[in-house]
Amino acid sequence: MCGIVGLLVKKPALRPRLGELMVPMLIGMTERGPDSAGLAVFTEPLAETMRKISLYSGMSEEGADFNWLGLGHELKAHLGIEATIAAQGNHAILTAAIAPEPVKRWIRERYPKLHILSTGRSIDLYKDIGTPGEVAARYAFSGLAGSHLVGHTRMATESAVTPDRAHPFTAGEDFCLVHNGSLSNPYGVRRMLEPHGIRFETDNDTEAACRFLEWRLREGDDLETALQKGFEELDGFYTFLMGTADKLALIRDPFACKPAVVAETDDYVAIASEFRSLAHLPDIKHATVFEPAPEEMYVWNA
Amino acid sequence: MERMSFDLAQVTLRELNSFLHKEAPAKGVHQVVVANPDGAHNIAVGLDCPVDVEVHGHAGYYAGGMNKTGTVTIFGSAGTGVAENMMSGRVHVKGFASNGAGASMHGGLLVIDGDAGLRCGISLKGGDIVVGGSVGSFSAFMAQAGRMVVCGNAGDALGDSLYEAVLYVRGSIKSLGADAQIEPMTEADYATVKELLDAAGMQHDPHDFKRVASARSLYHWNADADQEY
Repeated sequence: MCGIVGLLVKKPALRPRLGELMVPMLIGMTERGPDSAGLAVFTEPLAETMRKISLYSGMSEEGADFNWLGLGHELKAHLGIEATIAAQGNHAILTAAIAPEPVKRWIRERYPKLHILSTGRSIDLYKDIGTPGEVAARYAFSGLAGSHLVGHTRMATESAVTPDRAHPFTAGEDFCLVHNGSLSNPYGVRRMLEPHGIRFETDNDTEAACRFLEWRLREGDDLETALQKGFEELDGFYTFLMGTADKLALIRDPFACKPAVVAETDDYVAIASEFRSLAHLPDIKHATVFEPAPEEMYVWNA
Repeated sequence: MERMSFDLAQVTLRELNSFLHKEAPAKGVHQVVVANPDGAHNIAVGLDCPVDVEVHGHAGYYAGGMNKTGTVTIFGSAGTGVAENMMSGRVHVKGFASNGAGASMHGGLLVIDGDAGLRCGISLKGGDIVVGGSVGSFSAFMAQAGRMVVCGNAGDALGDSLYEAVLYVRGSIKSLGADAQIEPMTEADYATVKELLDAAGMQHDPHDFKRVASARSLYHWNADADQEY
Protein backbone atom coordinates (compact mmCIF):
# COMPACT_ATOMS: atom_id res chain seq x y z
CA MET A 1 0.00 0.00 0.00
CA CYS A 2 1.25 3.51 0.96
CA GLY A 3 -0.61 6.78 1.00
CA ILE A 4 0.06 9.94 -0.93
CA VAL A 5 -1.03 13.46 -0.12
CA GLY A 6 -0.39 16.74 -1.84
CA LEU A 7 -1.64 20.24 -1.25
CA LEU A 8 -1.19 23.46 -3.18
CA VAL A 9 -2.75 26.66 -1.89
CA LYS A 10 -3.72 29.18 -4.53
CA LYS A 11 -3.93 32.24 -2.30
CA PRO A 12 -0.83 33.66 -0.57
CA ALA A 13 -2.94 34.30 2.54
CA LEU A 14 -3.31 30.54 3.00
CA ARG A 15 0.44 29.81 2.90
CA PRO A 16 0.92 30.14 6.66
CA ARG A 17 -1.82 27.49 7.11
CA LEU A 18 -0.37 24.93 4.67
CA GLY A 19 0.90 22.55 7.36
CA GLU A 20 -2.18 22.83 9.52
CA LEU A 21 -4.44 22.00 6.54
CA MET A 22 -2.22 19.07 5.55
CA VAL A 23 -1.74 17.24 8.87
CA PRO A 24 -5.26 15.66 8.91
CA MET A 25 -4.65 14.59 5.30
CA LEU A 26 -1.44 12.80 6.27
CA ILE A 27 -2.97 11.20 9.37
CA GLY A 28 -5.96 10.12 7.24
CA MET A 29 -3.58 7.88 5.29
CA THR A 30 -2.29 6.05 8.40
CA GLU A 31 -3.97 2.75 7.50
CA ARG A 32 -2.37 2.83 4.07
CA GLY A 33 1.07 3.67 5.48
CA PRO A 34 1.69 3.13 9.19
CA ASP A 35 5.46 2.53 9.25
CA SER A 36 7.03 5.81 8.08
CA ALA A 37 5.97 9.23 6.91
CA GLY A 38 7.47 12.29 5.36
CA LEU A 39 6.86 15.46 3.46
CA ALA A 40 8.52 18.09 1.35
CA VAL A 41 7.33 21.65 1.70
CA PHE A 42 8.12 24.33 -0.86
CA THR A 43 8.60 27.83 0.51
CA GLU A 44 9.31 31.21 -0.99
CA PRO A 45 12.63 30.66 -2.86
CA LEU A 46 15.87 31.97 -1.41
CA ALA A 47 18.04 34.42 -3.36
CA GLU A 48 19.88 33.02 -6.42
CA THR A 49 23.14 32.54 -4.53
CA MET A 50 21.61 30.91 -1.46
CA ARG A 51 20.86 27.23 -0.85
CA LYS A 52 19.25 25.29 1.96
CA ILE A 53 20.00 21.69 2.79
CA SER A 54 17.71 19.56 4.98
CA LEU A 55 19.72 17.18 7.17
CA TYR A 56 18.77 14.17 9.30
CA SER A 57 20.90 12.90 12.19
CA GLY A 58 18.62 10.05 13.30
CA MET A 59 20.93 7.43 11.81
CA SER A 60 24.04 8.75 13.60
CA GLU A 61 25.17 7.61 17.10
CA GLU A 62 24.15 10.97 18.55
CA GLY A 63 20.66 10.85 17.07
CA ALA A 64 18.58 13.76 18.35
CA ASP A 65 21.56 14.94 20.43
CA PHE A 66 23.61 15.64 17.33
CA ASN A 67 25.89 18.65 17.76
CA TRP A 68 24.44 20.96 15.10
CA LEU A 69 26.32 23.93 16.54
CA GLY A 70 29.54 21.97 16.11
CA LEU A 71 28.68 21.31 12.47
CA GLY A 72 28.30 25.06 11.99
CA HIS A 73 31.72 25.71 13.55
CA GLU A 74 33.36 23.01 11.40
CA LEU A 75 31.83 24.42 8.22
CA LYS A 76 33.32 27.83 9.08
CA ALA A 77 36.69 26.41 10.11
CA HIS A 78 37.15 24.07 7.12
CA LEU A 79 35.24 25.72 4.30
CA GLY A 80 34.95 29.27 5.53
CA ILE A 81 31.17 29.10 5.25
CA GLU A 82 28.83 31.14 7.42
CA ALA A 83 25.75 28.96 7.66
CA THR A 84 22.58 29.33 9.68
CA ILE A 85 21.41 26.00 11.03
CA ALA A 86 17.81 25.76 12.22
CA ALA A 87 17.83 22.53 14.22
CA GLN A 88 15.03 20.62 15.88
CA GLY A 89 16.13 17.31 17.42
CA ASN A 90 17.42 15.01 14.70
CA HIS A 91 16.52 17.44 11.92
CA ALA A 92 18.14 20.64 10.71
CA ILE A 93 17.94 23.04 7.83
CA LEU A 94 21.29 24.52 6.88
CA THR A 95 21.12 27.78 4.93
CA ALA A 96 24.11 29.50 3.36
CA ALA A 97 25.44 31.25 0.26
CA ILE A 98 27.09 28.16 -1.24
CA ALA A 99 27.61 26.01 -4.25
CA PRO A 100 25.87 23.00 -2.69
CA GLU A 101 27.79 20.08 -4.25
CA PRO A 102 31.21 20.69 -2.60
CA VAL A 103 29.50 21.31 0.75
CA LYS A 104 27.46 18.12 0.46
CA ARG A 105 30.60 16.19 -0.50
CA TRP A 106 32.35 17.56 2.57
CA ILE A 107 29.39 16.65 4.81
CA ARG A 108 29.35 13.10 3.45
CA GLU A 109 33.07 12.65 4.11
CA ARG A 110 33.13 14.35 7.50
CA TYR A 111 29.75 13.08 8.79
CA PRO A 112 29.01 9.85 6.91
CA LYS A 113 26.06 9.03 9.21
CA LEU A 114 24.36 12.36 8.55
CA HIS A 115 21.68 11.91 5.90
CA ILE A 116 21.17 14.69 3.36
CA LEU A 117 17.43 14.90 2.79
CA SER A 118 17.13 17.66 0.21
CA THR A 119 18.85 20.59 -1.46
CA GLY A 120 17.43 23.67 -3.07
CA ARG A 121 16.25 27.25 -2.78
CA SER A 122 12.68 26.30 -1.95
CA ILE A 123 12.43 22.73 -0.61
CA ASP A 124 12.50 21.65 3.06
CA LEU A 125 12.21 17.92 3.65
CA TYR A 126 11.28 15.81 6.66
CA LYS A 127 10.95 12.02 6.84
CA ASP A 128 11.26 9.40 9.53
CA ILE A 129 9.95 6.07 10.73
CA GLY A 130 6.84 5.99 12.93
CA THR A 131 3.16 6.51 12.34
CA PRO A 132 2.13 9.61 10.38
CA GLY A 133 0.76 11.11 13.60
CA GLU A 134 4.04 10.53 15.43
CA VAL A 135 6.17 11.91 12.61
CA ALA A 136 3.88 14.95 12.20
CA ALA A 137 4.17 15.72 15.92
CA ARG A 138 7.96 15.06 16.01
CA TYR A 139 8.61 17.74 13.39
CA ALA A 140 5.66 20.04 14.14
CA PHE A 141 4.24 19.66 10.64
CA SER A 142 1.16 21.69 11.57
CA GLY A 143 3.30 24.83 11.80
CA LEU A 144 4.84 24.51 8.34
CA ALA A 145 4.20 27.29 5.85
CA GLY A 146 4.65 27.34 2.10
CA SER A 147 2.88 27.33 -1.25
CA HIS A 148 2.69 23.57 -1.81
CA LEU A 149 3.78 20.28 -0.36
CA VAL A 150 4.11 16.59 -1.12
CA GLY A 151 3.56 14.03 1.64
CA HIS A 152 3.67 10.27 2.00
CA THR A 153 2.76 7.53 4.45
CA ARG A 154 4.62 4.29 3.91
CA MET A 155 3.78 0.60 4.16
CA ALA A 156 7.07 -0.86 2.99
CA THR A 157 7.04 -3.63 0.41
CA GLU A 158 10.21 -3.21 -1.68
CA SER A 159 12.88 -2.29 0.87
CA ALA A 160 13.42 -2.13 4.62
CA VAL A 161 11.72 0.26 7.04
CA THR A 162 14.44 2.86 7.66
CA PRO A 163 14.35 6.67 7.65
CA ASP A 164 16.38 6.97 4.43
CA ARG A 165 14.02 4.61 2.62
CA ALA A 166 10.95 6.63 3.64
CA HIS A 167 9.49 9.06 1.10
CA PRO A 168 9.75 11.69 -0.33
CA PHE A 169 12.90 10.92 -2.30
CA THR A 170 14.85 13.81 -3.73
CA ALA A 171 17.44 14.28 -6.44
CA GLY A 172 19.17 17.41 -7.67
CA GLU A 173 17.67 20.61 -6.38
CA ASP A 174 14.08 21.49 -5.53
CA PHE A 175 12.70 18.19 -6.80
CA CYS A 176 11.01 15.40 -4.88
CA LEU A 177 8.85 12.39 -5.61
CA VAL A 178 6.56 10.12 -3.61
CA HIS A 179 5.30 6.77 -4.83
CA ASN A 180 2.45 4.41 -4.11
CA GLY A 181 3.10 1.11 -5.82
CA SER A 182 6.08 -0.99 -6.81
CA LEU A 183 8.34 -0.80 -9.84
CA SER A 184 9.29 -3.98 -11.68
CA ASN A 185 12.41 -2.63 -13.41
CA PRO A 186 14.20 -0.41 -10.85
CA TYR A 187 17.51 -2.25 -11.28
CA GLY A 188 17.38 -1.82 -15.06
CA VAL A 189 16.79 1.90 -14.57
CA ARG A 190 19.68 2.10 -12.08
CA ARG A 191 22.05 0.27 -14.44
CA MET A 192 21.09 2.72 -17.16
CA LEU A 193 21.64 5.78 -14.92
CA GLU A 194 24.85 4.78 -13.12
CA PRO A 195 27.14 5.21 -16.16
CA HIS A 196 25.85 8.83 -16.27
CA GLY A 197 27.50 9.35 -12.88
CA ILE A 198 24.23 9.14 -10.96
CA ARG A 199 24.76 7.83 -7.45
CA PHE A 200 22.13 5.90 -5.46
CA GLU A 201 21.81 6.07 -1.69
CA THR A 202 19.38 3.22 -1.02
CA ASP A 203 18.08 0.00 -2.60
CA ASN A 204 14.57 1.46 -2.77
CA ASP A 205 12.70 1.15 -6.10
CA THR A 206 11.24 4.66 -5.81
CA GLU A 207 14.71 6.19 -5.74
CA ALA A 208 15.23 4.88 -9.29
CA ALA A 209 12.11 6.72 -10.51
CA CYS A 210 13.10 9.88 -8.68
CA ARG A 211 16.64 9.95 -10.06
CA PHE A 212 15.45 9.01 -13.57
CA LEU A 213 13.00 11.91 -13.77
CA GLU A 214 15.40 14.42 -12.20
CA TRP A 215 18.09 13.29 -14.68
CA ARG A 216 15.70 13.97 -17.58
CA LEU A 217 14.90 17.44 -16.18
CA ARG A 218 18.61 18.17 -15.75
CA GLU A 219 19.24 17.03 -19.35
CA GLY A 220 16.88 19.77 -20.47
CA ASP A 221 13.50 18.07 -20.72
CA ASP A 222 10.57 20.10 -19.51
CA LEU A 223 8.43 18.40 -16.86
CA GLU A 224 5.90 17.08 -19.39
CA THR A 225 8.61 15.58 -21.62
CA ALA A 226 10.34 14.00 -18.62
CA LEU A 227 7.06 12.46 -17.45
CA GLN A 228 6.40 11.10 -20.94
CA LYS A 229 9.81 9.41 -20.85
CA GLY A 230 8.85 8.09 -17.40
CA PHE A 231 5.80 6.41 -18.92
CA GLU A 232 8.10 4.75 -21.46
CA GLU A 233 10.95 3.69 -19.14
CA LEU A 234 9.39 3.00 -15.74
CA ASP A 235 7.55 -0.31 -15.55
CA GLY A 236 5.30 -1.40 -12.73
CA PHE A 237 2.55 0.00 -10.57
CA TYR A 238 2.66 3.60 -9.57
CA THR A 239 0.93 6.73 -8.62
CA PHE A 240 3.71 9.33 -8.51
CA LEU A 241 3.30 12.78 -7.00
CA MET A 242 6.18 15.15 -7.65
CA GLY A 243 7.05 18.58 -6.38
CA THR A 244 9.25 21.25 -7.93
CA ALA A 245 9.87 24.82 -6.77
CA ASP A 246 6.69 25.99 -8.50
CA LYS A 247 4.71 22.88 -9.48
CA LEU A 248 2.94 19.76 -8.32
CA ALA A 249 2.70 16.91 -10.85
CA LEU A 250 0.79 13.64 -10.72
CA ILE A 251 0.86 10.56 -12.93
CA ARG A 252 -0.65 7.07 -12.67
CA ASP A 253 0.43 3.91 -14.47
CA PRO A 254 -1.62 2.72 -17.48
CA PHE A 255 -3.45 0.13 -15.36
CA ALA A 256 -4.30 2.68 -12.63
CA CYS A 257 -3.37 0.04 -10.10
CA LYS A 258 -2.87 2.56 -7.33
CA PRO A 259 -5.52 5.09 -6.38
CA ALA A 260 -5.61 8.87 -6.46
CA VAL A 261 -8.31 11.47 -6.04
CA VAL A 262 -8.15 15.22 -6.51
CA ALA A 263 -10.26 17.97 -4.95
CA GLU A 264 -10.04 21.51 -6.24
CA THR A 265 -11.58 24.76 -5.01
CA ASP A 266 -10.78 28.43 -5.60
CA ASP A 267 -8.43 28.16 -2.61
CA TYR A 268 -6.52 24.92 -3.13
CA VAL A 269 -5.75 21.77 -5.08
CA ALA A 270 -5.56 18.73 -2.81
CA ILE A 271 -4.46 15.27 -3.86
CA ALA A 272 -4.70 12.06 -1.86
CA SER A 273 -4.77 8.31 -2.38
CA GLU A 274 -8.32 8.26 -1.04
CA PHE A 275 -11.10 10.74 -0.37
CA ARG A 276 -10.85 9.95 3.36
CA SER A 277 -7.85 12.27 3.49
CA LEU A 278 -9.65 15.14 1.76
CA ALA A 279 -12.91 14.97 3.71
CA HIS A 280 -11.91 17.49 6.36
CA LEU A 281 -10.60 20.24 4.09
CA PRO A 282 -12.46 23.55 4.20
CA ASP A 283 -15.38 23.86 1.78
CA ILE A 284 -14.76 20.30 0.53
CA LYS A 285 -18.50 19.83 -0.08
CA HIS A 286 -18.26 22.38 -2.88
CA ALA A 287 -14.94 21.19 -4.28
CA THR A 288 -14.60 19.69 -7.73
CA VAL A 289 -13.65 16.09 -6.97
CA PHE A 290 -12.29 13.80 -9.67
CA GLU A 291 -10.19 10.75 -10.19
CA PRO A 292 -7.09 11.36 -12.34
CA ALA A 293 -7.00 9.13 -15.40
CA PRO A 294 -4.23 6.59 -15.99
CA GLU A 295 -1.28 7.60 -18.20
CA GLU A 296 -2.28 11.27 -18.12
CA MET A 297 -0.18 14.12 -16.74
CA TYR A 298 -1.63 16.48 -14.20
CA VAL A 299 0.46 19.55 -13.45
CA TRP A 300 -0.57 22.36 -11.12
CA ASN A 301 1.34 25.63 -10.82
CA ALA A 302 2.01 27.20 -7.46
CA MET B 1 -39.60 3.63 13.74
CA GLU B 2 -39.41 3.58 9.96
CA ARG B 3 -36.45 5.83 9.33
CA MET B 4 -33.06 6.24 10.98
CA SER B 5 -30.18 8.64 10.44
CA PHE B 6 -26.52 8.01 11.06
CA ASP B 7 -23.93 10.76 11.05
CA LEU B 8 -20.59 9.06 10.47
CA ALA B 9 -18.88 12.15 11.93
CA GLN B 10 -20.54 11.15 15.23
CA VAL B 11 -20.91 7.36 15.20
CA THR B 12 -18.67 4.58 13.93
CA LEU B 13 -19.17 2.69 10.71
CA ARG B 14 -19.49 -0.49 12.76
CA GLU B 15 -22.56 0.95 14.51
CA LEU B 16 -24.15 1.74 11.15
CA ASN B 17 -23.43 -1.65 9.60
CA SER B 18 -24.42 -3.51 12.75
CA PHE B 19 -27.72 -1.64 12.77
CA LEU B 20 -28.31 -2.50 9.10
CA HIS B 21 -27.57 -6.18 9.71
CA LYS B 22 -29.41 -6.71 13.00
CA GLU B 23 -31.74 -3.98 14.23
CA ALA B 24 -33.07 -2.81 10.85
CA PRO B 25 -34.71 -6.14 9.98
CA ALA B 26 -35.75 -6.78 13.61
CA LYS B 27 -37.36 -3.37 14.07
CA GLY B 28 -38.73 -3.01 10.57
CA VAL B 29 -36.66 0.07 9.67
CA HIS B 30 -36.93 0.56 5.92
CA GLN B 31 -35.00 3.76 5.42
CA VAL B 32 -31.55 4.71 6.65
CA VAL B 33 -29.83 7.99 5.85
CA VAL B 34 -26.06 8.29 6.20
CA ALA B 35 -24.46 11.72 6.60
CA ASN B 36 -20.74 12.58 6.39
CA PRO B 37 -19.55 9.30 4.88
CA ASP B 38 -16.22 11.10 4.24
CA GLY B 39 -14.82 8.29 2.11
CA ALA B 40 -15.22 5.55 4.73
CA HIS B 41 -14.82 2.01 3.42
CA ASN B 42 -17.48 -0.74 3.53
CA ILE B 43 -20.53 1.48 3.95
CA ALA B 44 -23.73 -0.59 3.93
CA VAL B 45 -22.08 -3.83 2.88
CA GLY B 46 -23.84 -7.18 3.05
CA LEU B 47 -27.40 -5.86 3.31
CA ASP B 48 -29.76 -8.77 3.83
CA CYS B 49 -33.11 -7.09 4.38
CA PRO B 50 -35.32 -4.78 2.29
CA VAL B 51 -33.80 -1.49 3.42
CA ASP B 52 -33.26 1.73 1.49
CA VAL B 53 -29.91 3.39 2.35
CA GLU B 54 -29.08 6.93 1.25
CA VAL B 55 -25.45 8.00 1.52
CA HIS B 56 -25.00 11.78 1.35
CA GLY B 57 -21.40 12.41 0.33
CA HIS B 58 -18.46 10.47 -1.08
CA ALA B 59 -18.15 6.79 -0.19
CA GLY B 60 -14.90 4.85 0.10
CA TYR B 61 -14.10 1.32 -1.04
CA TYR B 62 -16.69 -1.48 -1.45
CA ALA B 63 -19.82 0.59 -0.71
CA GLY B 64 -22.92 -1.60 -1.05
CA GLY B 65 -20.74 -4.66 -1.61
CA MET B 66 -22.39 -8.10 -1.34
CA ASN B 67 -25.76 -6.36 -1.32
CA LYS B 68 -28.79 -8.64 -1.18
CA THR B 69 -32.27 -7.10 -1.28
CA GLY B 70 -31.17 -3.60 -0.21
CA THR B 71 -31.19 -0.35 -2.17
CA VAL B 72 -28.16 1.88 -1.74
CA THR B 73 -28.04 5.37 -3.26
CA ILE B 74 -24.81 7.34 -3.03
CA PHE B 75 -25.19 11.10 -3.53
CA GLY B 76 -21.54 11.52 -4.33
CA SER B 77 -18.75 9.40 -5.76
CA ALA B 78 -17.85 5.84 -4.86
CA GLY B 79 -14.38 4.38 -4.33
CA THR B 80 -12.95 1.11 -5.58
CA GLY B 81 -15.27 -1.90 -5.83
CA VAL B 82 -18.69 -0.31 -5.36
CA ALA B 83 -21.37 -3.05 -5.30
CA GLU B 84 -18.72 -5.72 -5.69
CA ASN B 85 -20.26 -9.17 -5.51
CA MET B 86 -23.82 -7.78 -5.32
CA MET B 87 -26.33 -10.64 -5.27
CA SER B 88 -29.56 -8.71 -5.81
CA GLY B 89 -31.07 -5.33 -5.08
CA ARG B 90 -29.85 -2.02 -6.41
CA VAL B 91 -26.91 0.32 -5.95
CA HIS B 92 -27.04 3.78 -7.52
CA VAL B 93 -24.00 6.10 -7.62
CA LYS B 94 -25.00 9.66 -8.49
CA GLY B 95 -21.41 10.77 -9.08
CA PHE B 96 -18.47 8.82 -10.53
CA ALA B 97 -17.21 5.41 -9.49
CA SER B 98 -13.61 4.32 -9.15
CA ASN B 99 -12.03 1.07 -10.38
CA GLY B 100 -13.67 -2.33 -10.23
CA ALA B 101 -17.27 -1.11 -9.97
CA GLY B 102 -19.62 -4.09 -9.82
CA ALA B 103 -16.73 -6.56 -9.81
CA SER B 104 -17.95 -10.14 -9.69
CA MET B 105 -21.61 -9.11 -9.35
CA HIS B 106 -24.07 -12.00 -9.40
CA GLY B 107 -27.33 -10.10 -9.66
CA GLY B 108 -29.15 -6.84 -9.06
CA LEU B 109 -28.71 -3.50 -10.78
CA LEU B 110 -25.75 -1.12 -10.46
CA VAL B 111 -26.34 2.37 -11.86
CA ILE B 112 -23.51 4.89 -12.14
CA ASP B 113 -24.59 8.32 -13.37
CA GLY B 114 -21.02 9.54 -14.00
CA ASP B 115 -17.96 7.77 -15.31
CA ALA B 116 -16.69 4.44 -14.04
CA GLY B 117 -12.97 3.75 -13.67
CA LEU B 118 -11.01 0.80 -14.99
CA ARG B 119 -12.19 -2.82 -14.79
CA CYS B 120 -15.89 -1.96 -14.40
CA GLY B 121 -17.85 -5.22 -14.30
CA ILE B 122 -14.75 -7.42 -14.18
CA SER B 123 -15.79 -11.06 -13.82
CA LEU B 124 -19.47 -10.11 -13.95
CA LYS B 125 -21.45 -13.25 -13.11
CA GLY B 126 -24.97 -11.88 -13.51
CA GLY B 127 -27.05 -8.78 -12.96
CA ASP B 128 -26.94 -5.50 -14.81
CA ILE B 129 -24.67 -2.46 -14.86
CA VAL B 130 -25.72 0.83 -16.44
CA VAL B 131 -23.10 3.60 -16.69
CA GLY B 132 -24.24 7.07 -17.70
CA GLY B 133 -20.71 8.17 -18.55
CA SER B 134 -17.70 6.27 -19.84
CA VAL B 135 -15.92 3.17 -18.55
CA GLY B 136 -12.15 2.75 -18.24
CA SER B 137 -9.91 0.10 -19.73
CA PHE B 138 -10.39 -3.65 -19.18
CA SER B 139 -14.06 -3.28 -18.37
CA ALA B 140 -16.11 -6.51 -18.40
CA PHE B 141 -12.88 -8.53 -18.38
CA MET B 142 -13.88 -12.23 -18.26
CA ALA B 143 -17.53 -11.29 -17.69
CA GLN B 144 -19.47 -14.51 -17.56
CA ALA B 145 -23.12 -13.51 -17.47
CA GLY B 146 -25.23 -10.40 -17.08
CA ARG B 147 -25.55 -7.19 -19.10
CA MET B 148 -23.74 -3.90 -19.17
CA VAL B 149 -24.88 -0.66 -20.80
CA VAL B 150 -22.36 2.16 -21.32
CA CYS B 151 -23.84 5.48 -22.46
CA GLY B 152 -20.43 7.08 -23.01
CA ASN B 153 -17.21 5.58 -24.34
CA ALA B 154 -15.23 2.46 -23.44
CA GLY B 155 -11.47 2.35 -22.88
CA ASP B 156 -8.95 -0.23 -24.03
CA ALA B 157 -9.56 -4.00 -24.13
CA LEU B 158 -13.32 -3.89 -23.60
CA GLY B 159 -14.71 -7.34 -22.86
CA ASP B 160 -11.41 -9.18 -22.95
CA SER B 161 -12.00 -12.95 -22.70
CA LEU B 162 -15.77 -12.48 -22.47
CA TYR B 163 -17.98 -15.45 -21.75
CA GLU B 164 -21.74 -14.97 -22.03
CA ALA B 165 -22.17 -11.43 -20.70
CA VAL B 166 -23.42 -8.93 -23.31
CA LEU B 167 -22.27 -5.31 -23.47
CA TYR B 168 -23.96 -2.34 -25.12
CA VAL B 169 -21.92 0.78 -25.84
CA ARG B 170 -23.28 4.07 -27.16
CA GLY B 171 -20.02 5.92 -27.73
CA SER B 172 -16.62 4.93 -29.05
CA ILE B 173 -14.68 1.83 -28.05
CA LYS B 174 -10.96 2.52 -27.83
CA SER B 175 -10.19 -1.15 -28.40
CA LEU B 176 -11.86 -4.52 -27.99
CA GLY B 177 -10.24 -7.17 -25.84
CA ALA B 178 -9.32 -10.64 -27.05
CA ASP B 179 -12.33 -12.57 -28.37
CA ALA B 180 -14.76 -9.65 -27.98
CA GLN B 181 -16.59 -8.63 -31.15
CA ILE B 182 -19.19 -6.10 -32.25
CA GLU B 183 -22.36 -7.87 -33.33
CA PRO B 184 -25.53 -6.65 -35.05
CA MET B 185 -28.28 -5.38 -32.74
CA THR B 186 -31.51 -7.39 -32.88
CA GLU B 187 -34.98 -6.27 -31.80
CA ALA B 188 -34.40 -8.17 -28.56
CA ASP B 189 -31.20 -6.13 -27.98
CA TYR B 190 -33.03 -2.82 -28.52
CA ALA B 191 -35.67 -3.96 -26.03
CA THR B 192 -32.98 -4.93 -23.52
CA VAL B 193 -31.20 -1.58 -23.80
CA LYS B 194 -34.50 0.26 -23.40
CA GLU B 195 -35.43 -1.82 -20.37
CA LEU B 196 -32.08 -1.15 -18.68
CA LEU B 197 -32.04 2.58 -19.54
CA ASP B 198 -35.56 2.88 -18.15
CA ALA B 199 -34.55 1.04 -14.99
CA ALA B 200 -31.61 3.43 -14.58
CA GLY B 201 -33.69 6.51 -15.35
CA MET B 202 -31.57 7.46 -18.37
CA GLN B 203 -32.83 8.67 -21.68
CA HIS B 204 -31.04 7.63 -24.85
CA ASP B 205 -32.12 6.10 -28.13
CA PRO B 206 -31.42 2.34 -28.01
CA HIS B 207 -30.62 2.53 -31.75
CA ASP B 208 -27.42 4.45 -30.87
CA PHE B 209 -25.92 1.44 -29.07
CA LYS B 210 -23.58 -1.25 -30.36
CA ARG B 211 -23.62 -4.83 -29.07
CA VAL B 212 -20.38 -6.42 -27.92
CA ALA B 213 -20.30 -10.13 -27.14
CA SER B 214 -17.94 -13.07 -27.18
CA ALA B 215 -16.77 -14.52 -30.49
CA ARG B 216 -16.34 -17.72 -28.48
CA SER B 217 -13.09 -18.55 -30.22
CA LEU B 218 -11.40 -18.97 -26.83
CA TYR B 219 -13.98 -21.51 -25.67
CA HIS B 220 -11.96 -24.38 -27.15
CA TRP B 221 -8.22 -24.75 -27.15
CA ASN B 222 -6.73 -24.19 -30.57
CA ALA B 223 -3.16 -25.42 -30.81
CA ASP B 224 -2.72 -23.67 -34.18
CA ALA B 225 -3.57 -20.21 -32.79
CA ASP B 226 -0.03 -19.85 -31.45
CA GLN B 227 -1.31 -17.60 -28.67
CA GLU B 228 -2.48 -15.05 -31.27
CA TYR B 229 -6.10 -14.04 -30.69
